[in-house]
Amino acid sequence: MIEIKNVNKSFGDKQILKDVSAVMQTGKTNLIIGTSGSGKTVLQKCLVGLFEVDSGDILFDGKNLVEMREEERKELRQQIGMLFQGSALFDSMTVERNVRFPLDMFTNWSASEKLARVNDVLERVNLKDTNKKFPAEISGGMMKRVGIARAIVLNPKYLFCDEPNSGLDPQTSMVIDKLIHEITIENNITTIINTHDMNSVMEIGENILYLYQGKKEWEGSNKDIIFSKHDKLNEFIFASEFLRDAKDMRMLEEKGLIDNDRNMDQILKDGGASLLVGDDDPDKKD
Amino acid sequence: MKFFSTIGSFLITMKGMFTRPENIKVYWKELMHQSVEIGYGALGIVCVISIFMGAVSAVQTAYQLTSPILPKETIAQIVRDTVILEFAPTLVCIVLAGVIGSKIAGELGNMRVSEQIDALEIMGINTKLYLIAPKILGALITIPLLVVLSMVLGIYGGRLASSLGGIVPPDTFDRGLLQNFAAKNVWFALAKAYTFAFIISAVPSYYGYNVKGGALEIGRASTTAVITSCILILFADYILAFFIL
Repeated sequence: MIEIKNVNKSFGDKQILKDVSAVMQTGKTNLIIGTSGSGKTVLQKCLVGLFEVDSGDILFDGKNLVEMREEERKELRQQIGMLFQGSALFDSMTVERNVRFPLDMFTNWSASEKLARVNDVLERVNLKDTNKKFPAEISGGMMKRVGIARAIVLNPKYLFCDEPNSGLDPQTSMVIDKLIHEITIENNITTIINTHDMNSVMEIGENILYLYQGKKEWEGSNKDIIFSKHDKLNEFIFASEFLRDAKDMRMLEEKGLIDNDRNMDQILKDGGASLLVGDDDPDKKD
Repeated sequence: MKFFSTIGSFLITMKGMFTRPENIKVYWKELMHQSVEIGYGALGIVCVISIFMGAVSAVQTAYQLTSPILPKETIAQIVRDTVILEFAPTLVCIVLAGVIGSKIAGELGNMRVSEQIDALEIMGINTKLYLIAPKILGALITIPLLVVLSMVLGIYGGRLASSLGGIVPPDTFDRGLLQNFAAKNVWFALAKAYTFAFIISAVPSYYGYNVKGGALEIGRASTTAVITSCILILFADYILAFFIL
């Protein structure tokens, strides 16, 4: 579990994070969402120690990152895996060497033990027979999977993912989301994902933190989002008319007002699900 | 003010290397890799430059020494001393500052921009030690060797040009090489080679490691690294000559 307590971070005169507090739960996919420039990446970089916070505490299972000495941080970092937006694979190394690198650095295993572990994690991310390929020779989705394999090869307790779906098609995005979710549950990892991909939010958002201009505006799960009355959150999540309609449909489904027999095409022809929700519904948008 | 903050930042970057390596085997491999990259990678250009440098030196010295009173051996002595004292260490290192410096700055800059350095940091690796120290040590091992090779090839180039051009016969040239030879000059050249090797590797490493931005900034960092290295080499050359000779 990671506890964030009253974290503030500024660059020069500009305050990026304003008194952010949250709890990232173990065994769950914790999502940090928000518009571009809302402070998601800065918060994540503060959590992994790439940026120092101005004030506040970050507790990794009770141990405060802010007060740690460099050696303690190094030890903690060996329990952290991170998937970067651009995968950040080492260009000059093959897929196998990329994944093996943390093992080379931090274990005294034999070459065969390392190879077995590398093959295990590559198989786990559905990447067999790519050991000898270089990052430039594989697709974006495969690079993300190699990034995940490298992040989990040392069995981390905490997994950070920065925009894991950026630049991927919707189908591949779902594969990556599913993979991260499964790995989180299998290994009981505390996973923190930065995203503004709405599919990810709805599919794997077990605990969601919404940032707006550096402040925590909302916290809840993907189910809570459907019934949320938070204007800024709704504007962000359901930005398009299509998504607003989809939300209304989902609400009607949840409330049992429509069922499978109902002709959805007809509802849309009649002006969309929002009309069925009614004016008295607190979540209805004007 | 920026000058002093850059020096401060450079010293902090260098100080950051002084920690215990996470795994000595990995660092050893990296050192060997960098030694090959720097030394073997620059071997071809050093050979070509050195031979022509010696050859041109011989031809131009002969052109200027027209007096019949001066023995032909003098040409060999001048070629030997200019190659050992200046051409091999300084000229070769200025070329290496371009070849190796831009490569180091570009490589580290690209790693910074594509978040590869962040990835290493998050793994718990001291990136300054892992990425910069092997480059500096690799340069300190291989560049003095390249300079020694350059001395030999430069003198050989002078001998070849003198012989082919009918300026000085080979046996006269060899006799001239042995006359008034000062071993101190070789030590001086080696002192310069070690100093320049540090500049060639440390300065581009600093600029590459601290790149902020994108592709454009990587290019700028490479250019700045090469220009700064060249200026520092010339400045160090003067200081060393002033104090040692």
